[in-house]
Amino acid sequence: MSPGSQPPLSCQRCQRRPASVLVTSVVNGEKSNRYLCEECAREEGAYHLMLDPQFSVHNVLGGLIGQVPKTAPMGDAKEMVCPHCGHSYQRFAETGRLGCDRCYDCFGAQLDPLIRRLHGASDHHGKIPARAGSRLKRRKEVEHLREQLQEAIAKEAFEDAAALRDQIRRLEASTAEEP
Amino acid sequence: MTAWMQNRGPDSDIVLSSRVRLARNLAQMPFPQRMDEQQGQTVVDRIQKAVGALQSGWQLQLQSLNQVSGIDRQVLVEKHLASPALVQDPVRFEGVITDPSETISMMVNEEDHLRLQVFLPGLQLMEAWQVANRLDDDLERLLDFSYDSHLGYLTACPTNLGTGLRASVMVHLPALVLTRQIRELFTALAQIGVVVRGLYGEGSDVAGNIFQISNQVSLGFSEEEFIHSLNVVAEQIVGRERHARQFLSQSHALELSDRVGRAWGILTHARIISSEEALRLLSDVKLGEDLGILTIPGSASFSELALMTRPGYLMKAANRELNPGERDELRASILRKNLLAKDEED
Ligand SMILES: [Zn+2]
Ligand SMILES: [Zn+2]
Repeated sequence: MSPGSQPPLSCQRCQRRPASVLVTSVVNGEKSNRYLCEECAREEGAYHLMLDPQFSVHNVLGGLIGQVPKTAPMGDAKEMVCPHCGHSYQRFAETGRLGCDRCYDCFGAQLDPLIRRLHGASDHHGKIPARAGSRLKRRKEVEHLREQLQEAIAKEAFEDAAALRDQIRRLEASTAEEP
Repeated sequence: MTAWMQNRGPDSDIVLSSRVRLARNLAQMPFPQRMDEQQGQTVVDRIQKAVGALQSGWQLQLQSLNQVSGIDRQVLVEKHLASPALVQDPVRFEGVITDPSETISMMVNEEDHLRLQVFLPGLQLMEAWQVANRLDDDLERLLDFSYDSHLGYLTACPTNLGTGLRASVMVHLPALVLTRQIRELFTALAQIGVVVRGLYGEGSDVAGNIFQISNQVSLGFSEEEFIHSLNVVAEQIVGRERHARQFLSQSHALELSDRVGRAWGILTHARIISSEEALRLLSDVKLGEDLGILTIPGSASFSELALMTRPGYLMKAANRELNPGERDELRASILRKNLLAKDEED
């Protein structure tokens, strides 16, 4: 359904029970919103997505994993196994869960487009563990500021851009001073 | 006990609680779904050791879930301290760490090794994040978390990648439901990547007009940016709900006070009541109280009253298993006492 159109009162699947859940699904890159009743939503497996915060988005993932072949042949990917934990890509495709932190390296080529699609981004801009060190922290900060700078320039917000540029210079200078 | 349920916070008339969750995993250790018992035990031991070595003030205590009774496990879920998945068929290395005020809960070996949650009453997302961040800092000095400079904190499910953050608010939106604006709101929210769920993910629909609003994305922005954007959304929802309440009390004053009065009448006189009916009527009564239509003699908050309708809570109160009929009876009795603030009944 198109955004902004009036939501229906009855379920768009069974047309019978009242619609109570908005289900957003991604099929072949097309995002669609449907209003379903509780039962139909559950039957479609969308239930956990909308109603339970603890379960993650496996159904959305399922839809997304199906698209991965565009960048990496699914046939080969399915055979892949993480040598560190023994988790197969096939298993990930079924459960939406990885086996260990190093699975992210092993299945990197397959996961990259998926992560981009899930988050609309592929780079972390948040907290950096103290252990990872202050250098890394500043490097990430500079990267982030650079992106903001590009945006500011694109929007012709030149005063903001100048302030950002100065901030980047200061950070870079302090990084360079370290041994 | 559960401080966020008892206390009030900013915008408490509409925002029942704010929650911030961080997902963390120990480096080079398989995720819970993939680990064997020994690895699971190692994770618990390391986390417990770290929690024990924490600097002052946190007062955190681990409960191994296989040593917690079925009823108590259900109560943990009803208080949102543990997930249904965690308490189902618990094994030795699954646990939940809480503080006495139940402001903090850390699930051990759920989907990730550690799921740290902070709850505060009212709209206090940034404050909840600050508590979570401080605790995470303290833990990080003692534990080596899985982290990648590009992907951030590594989680079992790629949907939690990056910050590992999920922020949510529990909101009570009776006026938006009554004025039929709620669907339109949810459609708008879905388009900006905000997810709406019911109070409990257990099959009951959005009973009591209580909704959980959360951000779905965890990678690409800083924690503060995610928190800030959800806060903006929450403030807008609060504004719309207030507006709808104002409209109702101005244009439909009689119908509104009739509805509130009927709800009060049933809640204070019924001898048998289902959880669904109770929550629906409590929602009406809470709206009536917020709009000054009635005064509730009892001191229990709406969140506490909602908890009192749950099966686990009732069985805990009775200290035994109850069948649905027995629960309906006890529920009616407990609600009467807590709404009227009386021990003896007329
Ligand atoms: Zn249906
Ligand atoms: Zn692995």
